[in-house]
Amino acid sequence: MTPLTPAQRAAYWQRNRNLMMKLMVIWFLVSFIFGILLVDQLNLIRWGGYKLGFWFAQQGSIYVFIALIFYYVRAMRKLDKEFGLDAE
Amino acid sequence: MDLAQITYLVVGCSFALYIVIAIWARADSTQEFYVAGGGINPVANGMATAADWMSAASFISMAGLIGMSYNGYGGSVFLMGWTGGYVILAMLVAPYLRKYGKFTVPEFIGDRYYSDAARVVAVLCLVLCSVTYVIGQMKGIGVAFSRFLETDYETGLYTGMVIVFFYAVLGGMKGITYTQIAQYVVLITAYTVPAIFISLQLTGNPIPQLGLGSTLQGGDTYLLDKLDQILLDTGFKEYTTTLRYSTLNMVAFTASLMIGTAGLPHVIIRFFTVPKASDARRSAGWALVFIAILYTTAPAVAAMARLNIMQTIEPAPNAPMTIADRPEWFKTWEQTGLLAIEDKNGDGKLQYRANPTENELVTLDNDILVLANPEIARLPNWVIALVAAGGLAAALSTAAGLLLAISSAISHDLLKRTFMPSISERGELNASRGAMALAVFGAGYLGLNPPGFAAGTVALAFGLAASSIFPALVMGIFSTRITREGAIAGMLCGLGVTLFYVFQHKGIMFVSDWRYLTDWGERWFFGIEPNAFGCVGALVNFSVAYLVSRITQAPPDPIQRLVEEIRLP
Repeated sequence: MTPLTPAQRAAYWQRNRNLMMKLMVIWFLVSFIFGILLVDQLNLIRWGGYKLGFWFAQQGSIYVFIALIFYYVRAMRKLDKEFGLDAE
Repeated sequence: MDLAQITYLVVGCSFALYIVIAIWARADSTQEFYVAGGGINPVANGMATAADWMSAASFISMAGLIGMSYNGYGGSVFLMGWTGGYVILAMLVAPYLRKYGKFTVPEFIGDRYYSDAARVVAVLCLVLCSVTYVIGQMKGIGVAFSRFLETDYETGLYTGMVIVFFYAVLGGMKGITYTQIAQYVVLITAYTVPAIFISLQLTGNPIPQLGLGSTLQGGDTYLLDKLDQILLDTGFKEYTTTLRYSTLNMVAFTASLMIGTAGLPHVIIRFFTVPKASDARRSAGWALVFIAILYTTAPAVAAMARLNIMQTIEPAPNAPMTIADRPEWFKTWEQTGLLAIEDKNGDGKLQYRANPTENELVTLDNDILVLANPEIARLPNWVIALVAAGGLAAALSTAAGLLLAISSAISHDLLKRTFMPSISERGELNASRGAMALAVFGAGYLGLNPPGFAAGTVALAFGLAASSIFPALVMGIFSTRITREGAIAGMLCGLGVTLFYVFQHKGIMFVSDWRYLTDWGERWFFGIEPNAFGCVGALVNFSVAYLVSRITQAPPDPIQRLVEEIRLP
């Protein structure tokens, strides 16, 4: 593994931060926005026996959390490879 | 075989398994004792983390809290809070601390903030929040024993202590990891099997997560609509929409549990056991998968058990059951005091109403929902025995993780890194075993003589982790500019504000006689309940640390390089 130049390090960190920022927005959206702040509006929509807002608060947000982490794992693996940081 | 014999058999087998694992997984070095040698497979570690994380409270109390006290929707704060924290953990905390590659959380804080004082403050926060947490687990062990095995509380507690002592002192993190994996299997089976049965009975769908959104057997009424209707008819509030106090309170509560989760040391140190930083991310993902199996089942258990209870008591509207004909499980649980009835209007029938003057089901403990669930749904005896073993597995696995966090903070951070740097590897290993033994006895003693604050463990542990440890970790990773002075001031202020608020409402250390400023009354800051206050403490911590860092000298160069180094995998 060749050491990165300071510019490469900064770029790597920047890309990682942008990725985190995007995913944290979704994280905030499904829990705090869909599950709490907009729950009454979403509850007007039905999903089988579930009101949609209630579903997000008690089921949906958790499934999205799992998807977010695994997406992040994959994206970071690709990023590491791009910067030659994966070989150990 | 009767129920007691089956229960002894199932619990006995699970304990024998833990002991066999303990003997097989002894630790021979401090590396093995603190971080299991650092070579645990990420999926296996995810499973161990799930057992570490899901405590007696998750297993026994959570569904009851959601279904009863928080009346359905309000309980979502636990579901989102205790799972959403893993997203923060996977992105903002775990990989960087794994990259740093040391043994404990205070060690990182001490090194990053180039200060023994910061290390000692972190040890203080860690011990405070882990000790309050572990008392709850010890109580859970005693209670599970006394209810299921009909021993007294003390015998149950001693048995639990011996088991934990065995694998935690011998094996350290290595022994704990492998037993936690076994404990996860036991507890998740014990949780899902009754849930599947009940979902089948009520909706014909074997998957509880889908059953919750299905129609009831033999009709086209949705389960949740039926539950809403019954609750409204008996004067309760609607299940699917009732807030926990206010929208802002729910936001604060959820946020506090999320960041508290990401700051709890006994959870973070689990990620030190995997080979590298990318494994820490993957492991957090798997941990959440294993946790979600229980956390998405819990709301189904909550709603279904609540419906079962309501329909048992009042099979048709305004035709409540006759008290003399009440089912057997009613009588069993009346003996434990978790359930009590009083025929106020003397009509021989049981009216369960929201209005306290009419209500005749005078006590209905939250824990009943999970503990008596198999009996309420008339499931076979082996399922009840399984629930006992599962509750014990949940309590034991969390207790062991907490005890390791406490003992490694003492032997490694206080002894090796602060007061006795010259101690040898052998000496430190012995010291860590000694600290572990002490921690087990200490926790056992506190479990036998629970102090007044045992009831408030959740509030305190999460409040402390959220307001003190989490901000220090995140700022330490994401900013090179936060200084020693800033971090210490931030931690102390965050901790101080949270403790001040919680204790003002609940009394110092939750002793209600020790309330102060009582003429302030129960006035809540923006309507935020004390349990939900950790996120406010965290905001205070962040702000103070930022401001103080701006007026103090920047961290020395080696520290700034250290921060840049941990950002690379």
